[in-house]
Amino acid sequence: MLNIPVLRWGEPYESLETDEVIHHRTGEVLAKVGQANPGLLARDMRKADRARELLREIPIKDLIEMMKKAGDLYLNATLPLGDGEQSPDDFARQQSASTGLPEHMCKFNMEKNHFVLNNMDQIFDALTRGLDLEILERGFGVEERGVPVSYQAQSPVLGMVLPSNSPGVHTLWMPVIPMQIGLVLKPGPQEPWTPYRMFAAFTEAGVPREAIGIYPGGPDMGAETVARCGRVMIFGSTQTVKNYSGNEQVQVHGPGYSKILLGDDVVDQWEDYLDLMADSIYKNSGRGCINCSGVWASRHTEEIAEALAERVGPYEVKDPTDPEAGLAAFTVPGQAEAVWGMIEEGCQENGTTHVTEKHGARLEQLERCDYIRPTILHCDSPDLKMANTEYMFPFTTVVKCPQEQMIKKIGGTLVASAITNDEAWAAQLTDATNIDRLNIGPLPTIALNWLQPHEGSIVDFLFRARAYQTPDDRLKRICGK
Amino acid sequence: MADLNESIQKARAALDAHTVEIVKWHFSPETGCPFWLDWAREAGWNPADEISCFDDIIAKFPHFQDEWLRDKQPEVWVPQEFAGKPFNIFETGGTTGMPKQRIGWNDYKVDYSEFSDSLDDAEFPRDHYWLMVGPTGPRRLRLSIEHLANVRGCSCYFVDLDPRWVKRLIADKQFDQAKAYMEHVVDQATTIMKHREVSALFTTPKLLESIAERLEDEGSSLYEAGIRGVFCGGTTMDPQYTRFLVEELLENKIGFKPTYGNTLMGLAKHKPFTPEDKFSITYHAPQPRAVLRVVNPDTSEPVEYEEWGRVELTTLTKEFFMPRFLERDEAIRRPPIELYPWDGVAEVRPFGAMQKKIVEGVY
Repeated sequence: MLNIPVLRWGEPYESLETDEVIHHRTGEVLAKVGQANPGLLARDMRKADRARELLREIPIKDLIEMMKKAGDLYLNATLPLGDGEQSPDDFARQQSASTGLPEHMCKFNMEKNHFVLNNMDQIFDALTRGLDLEILERGFGVEERGVPVSYQAQSPVLGMVLPSNSPGVHTLWMPVIPMQIGLVLKPGPQEPWTPYRMFAAFTEAGVPREAIGIYPGGPDMGAETVARCGRVMIFGSTQTVKNYSGNEQVQVHGPGYSKILLGDDVVDQWEDYLDLMADSIYKNSGRGCINCSGVWASRHTEEIAEALAERVGPYEVKDPTDPEAGLAAFTVPGQAEAVWGMIEEGCQENGTTHVTEKHGARLEQLERCDYIRPTILHCDSPDLKMANTEYMFPFTTVVKCPQEQMIKKIGGTLVASAITNDEAWAAQLTDATNIDRLNIGPLPTIALNWLQPHEGSIVDFLFRARAYQTPDDRLKRICGK
Repeated sequence: MADLNESIQKARAALDAHTVEIVKWHFSPETGCPFWLDWAREAGWNPADEISCFDDIIAKFPHFQDEWLRDKQPEVWVPQEFAGKPFNIFETGGTTGMPKQRIGWNDYKVDYSEFSDSLDDAEFPRDHYWLMVGPTGPRRLRLSIEHLANVRGCSCYFVDLDPRWVKRLIADKQFDQAKAYMEHVVDQATTIMKHREVSALFTTPKLLESIAERLEDEGSSLYEAGIRGVFCGGTTMDPQYTRFLVEELLENKIGFKPTYGNTLMGLAKHKPFTPEDKFSITYHAPQPRAVLRVVNPDTSEPVEYEEWGRVELTTLTKEFFMPRFLERDEAIRRPPIELYPWDGVAEVRPFGAMQKKIVEGVY
């Protein structure tokens, strides 16, 4: 068992209060994680400026190189963790054990994080739209096209209130350090592994320890992170999203409600897209916000639902160490039962059908954790309760809806994969503000292009483009242009 | 250990003798109060005759009902001996509706005079100035703190905080209002600290945090503002939080006296910290005037040492008799120590804190 301390700007702090991270199947205590009280962060935030100052002493191009090195260390090295150390295999095993995600998926997530770190220069270039890095460092400069520009950091640090159930989200904060912005991380109680391993990899690669703080704790610690950091990214429910709506200080990542929309021009060939639909629903345990939770079409929906049920319904619960395991465990007691209760209640409504029923019971309860096997529903109207729902397992509702109503009826959608050749409809989809990531064509919802922004550009979130006027000779003297 | 055992036996004997004296007082027509005399008549037994030790109280009395302190007029609690003497009316927390009330004359002075003896003059200098930032109004605390200051030759400034209003704001999710009210209180406190010489501060932990933060934002600190001793009480202080207060806010330079008290009990003193305590605060009741037990809420039997249970209070003074009142707190039962050779209650927090969300607010 490991003892993992609070990190106050890189300095270990042995809290008197600890929280146990438990193996979801065996009950083994994997680690005791020191819990910070909110006052610690409140005090430490006095030194937040120092985090950015230290990072600004290092050119961005060097920080990007450090990210690449850190990515290799994260993927391949044995790194210090608390009072012990952790190999890459340990990491995957521990993360799987506490989050319920199968081990091979944890390894896949490691590769994903490694990819992002290793391609930081390209990602950076894409996120900043090719901005000269010196402009970001200096805060102002002249673009290639001869226009003076200025980008002002809105906070010396980014606060992250991280979730327990989705290790995939960590890619979102990878570009922050090379932007010379410090990090205040509040890990999810069951997933301390990535923040601490990243800290070890970053600092081993040369990032100043004082640029990163990790403050594990309860909900009050999350609230303190939001209150104290000038810019914060949080993960939560639809209600959390509503709570922070309009607050420019907070970027909320809520449920995705990601969907596949079949255009009238291709829906008669729906069978051609069955693999794409099944992958979008089932891959990576169906837990991510980019996993598909709705397939919408104007006709053939009963057949599509039956075919998807036939494809994903038989998947069974497997041990998380099994390379074939595809389902993640619900590790919070009572959660799976409550979710399944909601689904059963939703299926009572006329017009909603549980299509995977014939493939056996969905809810499987083990001694210390539960599973819900892939579930497909059919809704014969977009107005039914279950037509727009999302749960953290492979779950999809196939919804019958006329194409002309689809954009309005789908509501907020993180990823929409619209399979169509109808350019008029594609144009309407392009304009639809309720869709974040838009895929036009046969692309799975889970296929992310890392060079594209996710739920808003992190550069726009952390930096403000503003006017900066100065005599040309000064501009030339400082910027060389 | 032999010495400690001897001290425990002596304290127990003193408690038993005190119990007999107080029960006789409250249940004798010449000295007792109407409430208990009526109660004994209805109960059909005479505690004045039948109570011969503290254990008899546990065995023979039911739990004291807090409704009695809400529903009954204050006169019913006046012992004959105090008849005709005006009394103080003190109230407990409360949020809505009728609060619990306790009347009294001198008990608070006795409690706080005794508490003064446990204070270090270096931390709480005599002949100086104190500041209390916390609930004044109808609470015993305000007069108690002033008395404590006076006993030490000091005078005290006061900044009021209405905990009932804060609890309402938080329960109604009006967090901005709660924060603004807190700022208002902190403004007043730091203004006094800037313009007057103050060496001792009595406040709640959350207010202490906010006052320290304000001072530090302005380039000062509690120590630099002249504070040498702090009393803290009113809300949960777990070991990590206590350590945070001592190390970070008080910088290990300012004396720290955590207190656990209320209108019904008086003031419990804390066991002086040793490294082995790891900042876990243990309180010992002002025995024999009050007795705290930590009991299993289902059986009312004491829990084992180091186990959690509900706090049960018995108050035994000539002004007020209250047997076996179940506090809305839970705590860890701790063994007697030489300084206080009777059981202690540690890490006090609201009853059921682990099961449900409790509104504590700043108080």
